[in-house]
Amino acid sequence: MIRARDLEKRYGRRRVLVSVDIAVPASGFAVVTGPNGSGKTTLLRVLAGLAAPTRGVLEVNADRAQLGYLAHEPLVYRELTALENLELFGRLYRVSERRERIGMLLERFGLWDARNERVSTYSRGMTQRLALCRTLLHDPALILLDEPYSALDQEGVELLDRELEALAGSRTLVVATHDPHRLAQLATTTIALA
Amino acid sequence: MTYLTDVAALTRKDLRVELRARDTLPAMLLFVLSTLVVFHFALPEGTGDDAAYGLLWVAIVFTALLGLARAWVPEHEHGVLDGLVLAPSDRSAIWLGKTLATLAFLVAAQVVALPAFVVFFAPLDLTALAGVLLADIGICAVGSLMAAMAASSRSREVLLPLLVLPLAIPLIVGGVGAAISPEGERYLLLLALYDGIFAVLSWASFEYVVTE
Repeated sequence: MIRARDLEKRYGRRRVLVSVDIAVPASGFAVVTGPNGSGKTTLLRVLAGLAAPTRGVLEVNADRAQLGYLAHEPLVYRELTALENLELFGRLYRVSERRERIGMLLERFGLWDARNERVSTYSRGMTQRLALCRTLLHDPALILLDEPYSALDQEGVELLDRELEALAGSRTLVVATHDPHRLAQLATTTIALA
Repeated sequence: MTYLTDVAALTRKDLRVELRARDTLPAMLLFVLSTLVVFHFALPEGTGDDAAYGLLWVAIVFTALLGLARAWVPEHEHGVLDGLVLAPSDRSAIWLGKTLATLAFLVAAQVVALPAFVVFFAPLDLTALAGVLLADIGICAVGSLMAAMAASSRSREVLLPLLVLPLAIPLIVGGVGAAISPEGERYLLLLALYDGIFAVLSWASFEYVVTE
């Protein structure tokens, strides 16, 4: 599903990614680890197609419609409600039976009761849950998650654990995290960035 | 058809965000009205209408710049632009949605500002009004693209006028010409031509502006 060889990304003179090799098969589960500033976020942005590599070969066998990307930022509008945000993205992603899918995700991530409140009133944890809903809204085949556990409370962490367990094996996942031990049982590949 | 549905959804979203945040339109209204009031007292008595039409265009262009400077702020607040860019819809729909929303704000500001101009300064005939509308379309089309380019820069407040003002000069020439020239229709043609060319260029190049 993903194959990269000698991948490099520079911003000006600064080399953020240096000679990264990746091979993640379809339905594989890759965990990206590394210290702060090692390029985890940049790698995910490159895999998502949001940044072009400066050098190297990259093959990602998924188009935009099959890609779900959870970034550091939640990628949702602060002045819209959860429902309005998901309606907008559901429309842009051509999600069939959109209402049902949105309702199911909001229920699953514990946001149903807050669905008509503006995101600006949400806590960071609630915003992260909404970002996860947006990422999974169109049932993507390739899921890129950048620090998905950040800001989640214990209930949210357990919820995400269950979600990842359910997705592992049927979807290709690439998860950047500071806590690789949490995902050790699910991971089929580890990408360690220095 | 799907393209137009996407554009409609994106425009509706922008109008809804503005209706709630009230960040852009009140600032534009306040700016254009206060500018006209200042010009009213600054212009010496007996100054001809031609000078007043010129000042109207100063007010219009800077009001548009004010709106454009805020246009992409909601997208940058939570990194939403990345989310929109990743969606499988045509990326130019994002530009068109933003252009239409900015145009709606500018026209709304002018619905108040143009009657104020007539009260303070001089009448506006149909040709002059058509010139304003065509120039609005042009400045919003080009401005939305330039604002997207400037939005990710730290010095966007400085960068945006530098990018937009040189491109807006033909619009100012056309707009003033439509208001004061006996051959105003020729200036309308110039404005329509500008709108057509720059709208197509902006539409086609937006994708390259929002991707690295």
